[in-house]
Amino acid sequence: MSTMTREETAALIQEVLEVYPESAREERAKHLTVNDQEVEQSKKCITSNRKSLPGVMTIRGCAYAGSKGVVWGPIKDMIHISHGPVGCGQYSRAGRRNYYVGTTGINTFGTMNFTSDFQEKDIVFGGDKKLSKIMTEIEQLFPLNKGITIQSECPIGLIGDDIEAVAKQAAKTLEKPVVPVRCEGFRGVSQSLGHHIANDAVRDWVLGNRDEDTSFVSTPYDVTILGDYNIGGDAWASRTLLEDMGLRVIAQWSGDGTLAEMENTPKAKLNLLHCYRSMNYISRHMEEKYGVPWMEYNFFGPTKIAESLRQIAAFFDETIQANAEKVIEKYQAEYQAVINKYRPRLEGKRVMLYVGGLRPRHIIGAYEDLGMEVVGTGYEFGHNDDYDRTIKEMGNATLIYDDVTGYEFEEFVKRVKPDLIGSGIKEKYIFQKMGIPFRQMHSWDYSGPYHGYDGFAIFARDMDMTLNNPCWSKVQAPWLKSEEAAEAAVAGA
Amino acid sequence: MPSVMIRVKENGALLFYIAKKDQEDEIAEVETDTEESWGGEVLLTDGSRYYVDPITPRPSFPTTLRFKRV
Ligand code: SF4
Repeated sequence: MSTMTREETAALIQEVLEVYPESAREERAKHLTVNDQEVEQSKKCITSNRKSLPGVMTIRGCAYAGSKGVVWGPIKDMIHISHGPVGCGQYSRAGRRNYYVGTTGINTFGTMNFTSDFQEKDIVFGGDKKLSKIMTEIEQLFPLNKGITIQSECPIGLIGDDIEAVAKQAAKTLEKPVVPVRCEGFRGVSQSLGHHIANDAVRDWVLGNRDEDTSFVSTPYDVTILGDYNIGGDAWASRTLLEDMGLRVIAQWSGDGTLAEMENTPKAKLNLLHCYRSMNYISRHMEEKYGVPWMEYNFFGPTKIAESLRQIAAFFDETIQANAEKVIEKYQAEYQAVINKYRPRLEGKRVMLYVGGLRPRHIIGAYEDLGMEVVGTGYEFGHNDDYDRTIKEMGNATLIYDDVTGYEFEEFVKRVKPDLIGSGIKEKYIFQKMGIPFRQMHSWDYSGPYHGYDGFAIFARDMDMTLNNPCWSKVQAPWLKSEEAAEAAVAGA
Repeated sequence: MPSVMIRVKENGALLFYIAKKDQEDEIAEVETDTEESWGGEVLLTDGSRYYVDPITPRPSFPTTLRFKRV
């Protein structure tokens, strides 16, 4: 199908909205739009970060997921207690593929689930005693932990436990940082508020810990990687490029990161921010309090990587700037070979994306490097500032959908007929059964890394492998195929 | 009275950021912008106006200030 015009796209949105009752239609209409690059501010054309409507199918998570799952969970040498009933932590355990090095259960705890396993009596009588008891137990069983965080689940806020007091007490007896995080799932409209709450907890309980300590020797080339969750090793593929440039990466935060790295972050010269949505709060704070500048960068696809490397280098002296050019040159043959190989196989293919808070705009460049076109994109939990940054990246008259419902997404796909969809596990099987090639763009479909030049090669291979897989022509049952197709098949055989 | 963080953008302009609203707008004009003080009425690129009592000495950015809507 050829590209849709602005009118066609607008008509499609109207048509999809038809089925809703009036009030729902009004509400949802604000979240769907046709991209117009002329618009400077997204708030003029799209509403975001609002409560999902009851009755529609949303795939958002909760604030606890944003804090425990995203920001705090990957801090590998701390133990994160999912405080409350067992399910929230157990069902999300080890789901995010943030790779780390260390011996799990000894000095790192990333894939383990620690929970206070609330029972009825804890709800009735309060769980503070239990909490302080399990922290003592943790200390006995896992003495190499560097600190503990308490990630509140819904009931904690409902019964009003005083986890701050317990945390302060425990920090004294254990002589380690104990961080209470008020990230009860019911706060906010999505996991996004959980990121913010987690950022605030880092600010209040961690960042200042080494302000007086001068034992860390910093260099003029110290940078940190924030908001790269090391999915399938992403942060490692990024780190090597920065180190090739002559920079020193002193912290990786929530991707193979440690508590000490977080504490030393204010001593960096520049904070590099990959996922803007989940870590911009703390970056802004560090800029204000410690004068550490931050910048957003994008390591998806050679075009954006080169752009970002140059931008990063511009913060430093000429040696680093020259090095950036050298790095780009060094990898040129490599990425050009990838493009030469895969571009002819992927050229002109159309993609629809629906991911979390960053990738809906960040991956566009990588697809374009392969000659593909992104014809629809949207965020699960993006805010206005994310859409501001998206408008310019997307082509005119493409679809933009915020917190898209299951129904809307399916209808859009039926009409737009993309060649590939990139979204999450909850969408995967619906679209595969519809016969449309699909990649999970949260977990890289158990592949990765996709960041950096090394990651681009894997990205290109994966897209080709999925899109040009012969299975897609076999999805329709033989007796449902039209007669000509069947005859052609016989003739061909 | 939103609390606003003002920071210097890459292009040198001042950015007016309201965390609560995820609003990021450039400042087009400031009433008082001298060596000694900064503030007064502020005009944003989206056309809205805010006010803060001029601050002496001129603050170093980024900084968080409480503005009033005009
Ligand atoms: S919403 Fe509450 S109960 Fe549900 S997973 Fe999140 S914290 Fe747990």
